[in-house]
Amino acid sequence: MHDMSAHAAPHHAPPEGFIKNHVFSLDHKVIGKQYYTLALVAVFIGMVLSWFMRIHLAWTNAAIPGLQLLSPAGAPNGLMTPEYYLELMTMHGTIMVFFVLTTAPFAGFGNYFLPIQVGAEDMPFPHFNMMSFWITLTAFCVLISAFFVGDGPPLAGWTAYAPLSAVGSIAGPGEGTGQVLWATAIGIFCIGQLLGSLNFISTVLDMRTKGMTLMRLPITAWAWFITSCIGLTAFAVLLPACILLILDHVAGTSFFIASGLVVNDKLLPHSGGSTLLWQHLFWFFGHPEVYIAIVPGMGIVTHVLITNMRRPMLSIKAILYSMWALAFLSYMVYGHHMFVSGMNPFSSLAFSFPTLLITIPSTVVVLIWIGSLYGSKLRINAASLFALGFISMFVSGGVSGFFLAQPSIDIMLHATYFVVGHFHMVMGVAALFGIFSGTYFWFPKMTGHMMNETWGKVHFWLTFIGTYAIFMPFHYLGMAGNVRRYSAFTDDYLVPLIPVHKFITIAALCTGAVQLIFIFNLIYSRFKGPKAPDNPWECTSLEWTMPSPPPWNNFGGKDPIVYHDAYQYGIEGSSGDYVMQDSHEQIQTVRDEK
Amino acid sequence: MAKLLAVTIIVIAIASAVPIVMHTWVAPVDISTHGPLIDQQMSETMAEAGISFLAAQLILAIFIWKFSGRSKDAKIERFPGGSMGLVLAAFLLVGTEVLALGAFGTKAWAKVYFTAPAADSMPIQVQAGQFAFYFRYPGPDGKFGPLHPDKIDEANQNFFGLDPANDPDSKDDIVTAEMAIPVNKEIHLLMHSKDLGHSFYVRELRVQQDFVPGLDLSLHFTANKIGKYEIVCTQLCGLGHYNMRAYLEVMSQSDFDSWLKQQAANQ
Repeated sequence: MHDMSAHAAPHHAPPEGFIKNHVFSLDHKVIGKQYYTLALVAVFIGMVLSWFMRIHLAWTNAAIPGLQLLSPAGAPNGLMTPEYYLELMTMHGTIMVFFVLTTAPFAGFGNYFLPIQVGAEDMPFPHFNMMSFWITLTAFCVLISAFFVGDGPPLAGWTAYAPLSAVGSIAGPGEGTGQVLWATAIGIFCIGQLLGSLNFISTVLDMRTKGMTLMRLPITAWAWFITSCIGLTAFAVLLPACILLILDHVAGTSFFIASGLVVNDKLLPHSGGSTLLWQHLFWFFGHPEVYIAIVPGMGIVTHVLITNMRRPMLSIKAILYSMWALAFLSYMVYGHHMFVSGMNPFSSLAFSFPTLLITIPSTVVVLIWIGSLYGSKLRINAASLFALGFISMFVSGGVSGFFLAQPSIDIMLHATYFVVGHFHMVMGVAALFGIFSGTYFWFPKMTGHMMNETWGKVHFWLTFIGTYAIFMPFHYLGMAGNVRRYSAFTDDYLVPLIPVHKFITIAALCTGAVQLIFIFNLIYSRFKGPKAPDNPWECTSLEWTMPSPPPWNNFGGKDPIVYHDAYQYGIEGSSGDYVMQDSHEQIQTVRDEK
Repeated sequence: MAKLLAVTIIVIAIASAVPIVMHTWVAPVDISTHGPLIDQQMSETMAEAGISFLAAQLILAIFIWKFSGRSKDAKIERFPGGSMGLVLAAFLLVGTEVLALGAFGTKAWAKVYFTAPAADSMPIQVQAGQFAFYFRYPGPDGKFGPLHPDKIDEANQNFFGLDPANDPDSKDDIVTAEMAIPVNKEIHLLMHSKDLGHSFYVRELRVQQDFVPGLDLSLHFTANKIGKYEIVCTQLCGLGHYNMRAYLEVMSQSDFDSWLKQQAANQ
């Protein structure tokens, strides 16, 4: 371990002027807010796209007023074509997974709070950090540009399965330029995340202040560190996969295209490629990506719950080791996306058992959360409500994993709405609840203003009930055999299920509209909210030792000294019911309960 | 507010379970010989997942109800059994549960994928292409002629790219747009993709398998109920994906023989 007292030199001078302060800033806090803002813009676009899709699924022959302005060809007179539905679906998934679920909880909050929580002035490579955001923003712009070129965005889904994604526009609208832009955007995104991950890892390993041993790190810092380790490997595989996909388009290679394919009456010149290779490369990234989205949320929920339970977790180590187990196992389970793909059926069993085993660390985390609620002094506020909602949602989405982990059951449920319900709940909604919880919790520190609690609670209630109303019925549809990625339900079998889709659509429109409350609260409170004290939630970690918002150099040029573990609550004999990490107070450290 | 949350969680959990218990939306009745194993596995998993789901939500709700809004001076209480008890519970209960599911589930999977088709099974080739399935029966010689991708000509109904002029095995091959099979007869399905990734999904048959371009796969099954069922594509294959379907007709042996004769005459 390095000498923790010998910090690196200051990382950058105080920023001067608007551009250096707010645009090309080296300050990790500004970069964190930039990532968060990007995620907000992205989630708004992704949500509107899902509204269009939901309306079309429920009322297939109804025109959506104004949609023709977005794409005259994709929605003539507002009536969505099948290909435009698939294009919106592809963009919805891609935007949400990459630019929301990865960007906000990991890059957004992580950038802002990781250096502070370890007691550092900034990350070790501020220029890389700034680059990572601007590269990510570039990736976003490249992706969005697909709406405005050629015959629109790709329609191959966010998983971009080859050879549909590899053979070009002959396979369908958007599969030419749109698909190349998609692969380029994701490739660029990978570079941004790799730079970010390197910074996060070195921040934790090399930038911890005096006294901040690894086991004294707040669980959020651990979560971001673990996520960075996952990201470093996962994005490093997706990046070359995207490059190979682009080469299949522009250089005539055949990495993912087999011999003798006749597409649209034309015999393709390609030969020797493997269509399953793309799936292996993609899911080697894709399943760890689930944990990139959810592990930061787990960290945030743990951090917020401890603060609001006024007690440490029963065992913070159990949560920490479980998060590591999830990260490790995430690479051994990816084949469960491919049970019926044509992969060797023996491999399916090899991937099935780790998938079933991964429920164990997930269960440990949930049980420790619930067990820690026992005997606590739970405070209810918008942040803790969303944290509790996260647990409920994570359980609901998690148990459906029991089904999808088994190849024999996957025969029935694969590619149905059951899968859609499962991943939306466990990595979509749960992760969003983590983001909301983190927002209500850290907003005072990030802006210097308190958010409106009443509106925060209203936001929680309507979102909690609304998301269940949307995503629980997805499971029922899947059990009935409703195939996903259909732009309309025209056959005899699926028509009776349309009323369920109408219910879901209404719930989705209402729940989406409710998010305006959040946006309003966010903007209004930023300017008009009451001034935030330094430590409104009486939390122990280092971010609450500094003014709200923190100065540009975090600790005012001094290195804080840490004396205590991260979560010292309910300390007998102490002056309050909590002890800050940098407090000089002598206490008997509260350790994990056996 | 905490008590309201607790009640809401319980109401949501029970409301979520009602359609499952009432069998409101379920898979259609199974028509295959291997399907009962899959259905049984589904039921057992539902029971275990359902209990885990309800128990976790209920305990979460109870603890939220009981331990919120306590006074500042209230004492933090220790969870009976401590963290070790919970970790052990996770390992033993969930570990046993998932391993049991995994072990028993293997049986159903093995029945589909780890057994060879019977020697007298009936071979049928299915070809998937944007956005239709076509089926090929080997004819009286029992042999499929080779495929020539360069000879595919949909305008002239040569969907498979056959060359009967030069390939004797192709001469009596019977190509159809619908699939018919005799009841209680094992079918050996040979799967070929003409262009992209597709899938063969028959809900009632408890069969779903992707087509892999460049890699012909096979599977075998036996249908034991006469009727007409949908074959749908579940692998996103382009703009017409939602409409890519064919029908599987399970017939008595005599009806099937007549049907095949009729199809041969139509070639």
